[in-house]
Amino acid sequence: MPPQTMSAKTDATIGVNGTAKSTSNQAPPPMALPANLKSDLLNKLSLKSFKLKTKQQELLLRVSILFLVYVLAFITRLFSVLRYESMIHEFDPYFNYRTTLFLTEKGFYEFWNWFDYESWYPLGRIVGGTLYPGLMVTAALIYWGLRFLRFAVHIREVCVLTAPFFASNTTLVAYFFGKEIWDSSAGLVAAALIAICPGYISRSVAGSYDNEGVAIFALLLTFYLFVKAVNTGSLTWSLASAFGYFYMVSAWGGYVFIINLIPLYVLVLLITGRYSVRLYIAYNCMYVLGMLLAMQIRFVGFQHVQSGEHMAAMGVFFLMQVFYFLDWVKYLLSDKRLFETFLRITVTTTVGLAAVALGVGTASGYISPWTGRFYSLLDPTYAKDHIPIIASVSEHQPTAWSSFMFDFHILLFLFPAGLYFCFKRLTDATIFIVMYGLTSMYFAGVMVRLILVATPAVCLISAIAVSATVKNLAQLLRTKSKVTQGGSSKAASGSKASSKALLDQSQPFQRNGAIALLLGVFYLLSKYATHCTWVTSEAYSSPSIVLAARGAHGNKVIFDDYREAYFWLQQNTPTDAKVMSWWDYGYQITAMANRTVIVDNNTWNNTHIATVGRAMSSYEDEAYEIMRELDVGYVLVVFGGVTGYSSDDINKFLWMVRIGGGVFPVIKEPDYLVNGEYRVDKGAAPKMLNCLMYKLCYYRFGELMTEYGKPPGFDRARGVEIGNKDIKLEHLEEAFTTSNWIVRIYKVKPPNNRW
Amino acid sequence: MAVGIGFRRRLDFLLLVIAILSAPVLSDLILSKVERQIDLTSQIARISSTIKAENDGSSSVSEILLAIPELQAKNLAYLTARVIEGKGKARTSGLALTVEPANPKGMPPALSFYSIVLPKPLANGDSVTLDVLAAFTHSLRPFPEKITQADIHLVLFQDTGHYLSPYPVKVQSLAVKLPQARIESYTKLDNTKTLGSEIKYGPYENLPPFSYSPIAIHFEANQAFAVARELVREIEISHWGNVQVTEHYDIVHGGAMSKGEFSRLDYQSKPQIRGASAFKHLVAKLPPRAHSIYYRDAIGNISTSHVRGDSKKTEILIEPRYPLFGGWRTAFTIGYGLPLHDFVFESEGKRFLNISFGSPMHDIVTDSITLKVVLPEGSKYFSVSTPFAVQQEEEIKMSHLDIFGRPVVVLKKANVVPEHNQFFQVYYKFNALAMLMEPFMLITGIFFLFVTCIVYVHVDLSISKSSASYLAKLQWDEVRATVQQIQNIINQCLSTHEKLEASLRDLSRTGDVQACKAARKAADGLLKELSKELKPLIAFLQSTPPAAHILPKVEELVAKERELQERLMAKHSTIVDSYEKKLGGKETENRVASVQQKIVALRQDIEDLMEYIDEI
Repeated sequence: MPPQTMSAKTDATIGVNGTAKSTSNQAPPPMALPANLKSDLLNKLSLKSFKLKTKQQELLLRVSILFLVYVLAFITRLFSVLRYESMIHEFDPYFNYRTTLFLTEKGFYEFWNWFDYESWYPLGRIVGGTLYPGLMVTAALIYWGLRFLRFAVHIREVCVLTAPFFASNTTLVAYFFGKEIWDSSAGLVAAALIAICPGYISRSVAGSYDNEGVAIFALLLTFYLFVKAVNTGSLTWSLASAFGYFYMVSAWGGYVFIINLIPLYVLVLLITGRYSVRLYIAYNCMYVLGMLLAMQIRFVGFQHVQSGEHMAAMGVFFLMQVFYFLDWVKYLLSDKRLFETFLRITVTTTVGLAAVALGVGTASGYISPWTGRFYSLLDPTYAKDHIPIIASVSEHQPTAWSSFMFDFHILLFLFPAGLYFCFKRLTDATIFIVMYGLTSMYFAGVMVRLILVATPAVCLISAIAVSATVKNLAQLLRTKSKVTQGGSSKAASGSKASSKALLDQSQPFQRNGAIALLLGVFYLLSKYATHCTWVTSEAYSSPSIVLAARGAHGNKVIFDDYREAYFWLQQNTPTDAKVMSWWDYGYQITAMANRTVIVDNNTWNNTHIATVGRAMSSYEDEAYEIMRELDVGYVLVVFGGVTGYSSDDINKFLWMVRIGGGVFPVIKEPDYLVNGEYRVDKGAAPKMLNCLMYKLCYYRFGELMTEYGKPPGFDRARGVEIGNKDIKLEHLEEAFTTSNWIVRIYKVKPPNNRW
Repeated sequence: MAVGIGFRRRLDFLLLVIAILSAPVLSDLILSKVERQIDLTSQIARISSTIKAENDGSSSVSEILLAIPELQAKNLAYLTARVIEGKGKARTSGLALTVEPANPKGMPPALSFYSIVLPKPLANGDSVTLDVLAAFTHSLRPFPEKITQADIHLVLFQDTGHYLSPYPVKVQSLAVKLPQARIESYTKLDNTKTLGSEIKYGPYENLPPFSYSPIAIHFEANQAFAVARELVREIEISHWGNVQVTEHYDIVHGGAMSKGEFSRLDYQSKPQIRGASAFKHLVAKLPPRAHSIYYRDAIGNISTSHVRGDSKKTEILIEPRYPLFGGWRTAFTIGYGLPLHDFVFESEGKRFLNISFGSPMHDIVTDSITLKVVLPEGSKYFSVSTPFAVQQEEEIKMSHLDIFGRPVVVLKKANVVPEHNQFFQVYYKFNALAMLMEPFMLITGIFFLFVTCIVYVHVDLSISKSSASYLAKLQWDEVRATVQQIQNIINQCLSTHEKLEASLRDLSRTGDVQACKAARKAADGLLKELSKELKPLIAFLQSTPPAAHILPKVEELVAKERELQERLMAKHSTIVDSYEKKLGGKETENRVASVQQKIVALRQDIEDLMEYIDEI
């Protein structure tokens, strides 16, 4: 009897955590706990019915992670909408918004032929031919699509949310790209990293309705499709990449990066002996079709065959043909020496012909030389010496280390690690991502705004590092845990202890080390996530139209002066009034105040901008002459002396002098400086104290007490008492000043009667 | 300019006087007492007159005529008359009487006439007391017409000192109420006196019909001259529980035009002196329980507004982006939601909206109002009833998820004052089931999206059906299906093994050897059948080239499984055997131990193999 009881006992224990069938087949023991049984049953049921295969589980996990990343990329960009409101940010987006509005109201053909009388008065601007229409057309298509589906959305909402939407799509592309160059787990990590990377968020928060928002998506898509085409050698993929390139060309001037990087990549593959028919198909199809498609964009036109910046692509295209030809000849000729002579002759003639063609093209002016912008990328000091208008823009400055750290955080350290992994497993795809990473990192160092272009590459390469590391560590852990798990199950079944497990414990600290490293990786990644969220909410979500500050009691104070001024202009000036301001505010004035401006952010005509700079830096009567010539009705200046807002016109004034002086030698920079120092107080240069800009900013400011305990006329932005408190205006009068004095508008008086 | 206009006005008045003097007497009605009060404390001139009329003739009179000079008549925004019953403190005013424009013959052309239809004709000797209220807009004329920021804002008001009427008036008096004590000048007739900010004329007795004596009052007025040049009010009914009101204002300061410069410094330091003529904010009184209030304009949200609410009303104070000086304009939109059950009711099978007509702003003059009532999609048979005449149109509005659009009743009226804020009704028929249409549409849309996805996944869309890659793909699919089948069979085998184990457990509990044996037999048969099924599948795999790389694994799997079967059978028979021999538990275990160990290892191997095959 004892064995029976014992076996009954073991049976009972099995019954509790064992199969359900034994309990369901037979009547349960009368004293069985019903609750226990129920949970047991439920447990069994759920396990049995929802048991998925490992592959399906993985797919489910991958899809749900991707979906979550997609959503995350969208919602993390909504801080600005929650903090402020659903509005368009900054400067350029206002132009894009205005043009989109025009497109949706008037239709595509009107948009294509649009001549804008409201900017660059009296020159005007051929808008349809001088912009990249990709963004506007995209937004308009989304808008029309939603309208068609009977969602009565406002075009502004569409514009505000375009950038986050495309950022979400970019994560998908990053996933597929990562999958193509490494594996699907690297793709997932890349998607997660790029979803919240500040370098990308800075240009794609809700309301940042700028070309870059769409262009980064197009850029990554083009690269992905091209790499896919190179990997498969399929015409379909290279055709797709040509269309991706077309979209990129339609969206952003940064397409020049693609049309130079891809030939460079092809060249590297050729040199390293990785030439293949796949590459031949991919490049030729992509280049020829991409070029033809790109010519359809009016702003780009024939640049692909006429401009120096695009010649590299064409050169590589011809090189490919020569290479292919030589390959064929080599195949035909059996004699090696004969082939070598042939090779020498062909190479010499080709190089000679190319050099002659390039020389003749350049000399005859058919091929335009490189533009200043392009030069300034290759030589960071070029713009400073030759093109002040490029150098004056803050986002064109060389990047500081701190902003690399700010925008990339741990990616900056993971990037070299990822490069290491890439070099360890060199394929056509990894070579591409390495080249993309290295070149874009260089450009990111030259210009702050190009961090944006480097971001996808950095994310992808870092993702390779993270994924490879984690995978290695996890593999280490998994083999161990599997063995121990097997051992424990054996122990539970009551048989002999596992002797097998002992065999593998050759390196006792390996497992602990792996756990520690994994924890370290997760710590770093979570730090990255918190950093990104913090940066997004604190630094990149300000619309810069509405300024926010902390009040004396820690409360939020809002300065809505820009819109106050623009709305005043819109409502209370004649509809045909011309407003003169520094070019920064041009787009905003045309979009929000709906008034004609002299210059705007397009900066296509340097002389015109210099004329405005000259007017601002001349004495009032000279400036009056210029303003009469330009038919200016109102002058708008931005002044931060009352609030301490530092990016105002006084601080930008030296650039006006420089740009004005670049065209009109009457304006000399030293006249505005004292011993090379820029001052506005009593020690300032006399020309400074009496120029138009100074007068307009500080008119009647000398009577105002700005800060307790300081004399009247104390400029809080520069922290000095102003030097000229008795300003009289002869030809202008104050028309409006906003409540915090940030924007001041003056009316240009008509000339006095002669009798 | 100012002088010119003034002169023309005076000339007009002169003509008027001449015209009046040559008019005939109308009927035998005599106004025994007329008390007039002109309220000029706001930008709207409100003239309320208490008139006591007596019938002195032989025939009964059913209507009383009011005469208003044409110059003023074009500014007339509102006119009502009520009968007053009782005297002194017991006075009560009755229902509003019908007032309509009249055109009696033989009257001077510079006058407009309105006739009040009495509730019952006035017989000889009877008398009736009426209360007539008239509101005029744009009748306070700024003078001078242009002022600087520092100047005080003066306006001129002109009217008649004697009551202008086609009937003789026995006794009359006039009081003019002004906003501030500061009066620049006023016309002095005999018997004129000022009392603080009030000017009193009269009493005057026994004046003939059409007596007219022009008066002009020139005084300081700093109240808000907010004029909405255009107001579009859109009221959208949603039967999900909300009435959404959206009001688009186009506001101008209707006072003296500002000239010269605007100095923020002066305005900031001395707003009462250097900005007295400007107004900074407007107050709107919304119905109680108004929610989701917003205040914005074409370029975004305006952050300067305050909402206070109690159970009677919701008060919202809105500040435009900048203070409004004379002639300055601004435009904005306010919107709010109201609970449906406060404004939409049901009666006699029809639903009706009952909501006030004009702008909720305090003391605002609306030059032109367009009121749009957007009814839910599918509403039918709508009709409107308003307390005063309006112009009515209909249109269609397309909004979220609309197919046919929502019917919109458009009401238009010019020259609206706060007195017009009366309730009006829009009746319509609406089937509550139509509410479900939009959710249903959404559900259908999403359903079809999924259906398309399913169809896309299952339909073969390749163009070339004979290409090598396509054929290879087909073959590979077949291989995968076969492998899947093999896996299923193996799984069945494994579950049969489970059953065998279970029968062993049953044996140890019940001791029923026969049942256990039967179970083994059944399992054995089943396993044999399964292995028979397995054979053609393996053969297929062997014959297909693409399966070459998984074939060894599959074969290994099958072999392992077979071994496992054998071991299990062996174990089973050993245990049953030892049970029959009544051996002790320990002994039995010893006998089985080696087999058991092997079984566990095999199980593990099979699991690994299955996982490996899964991942292909």
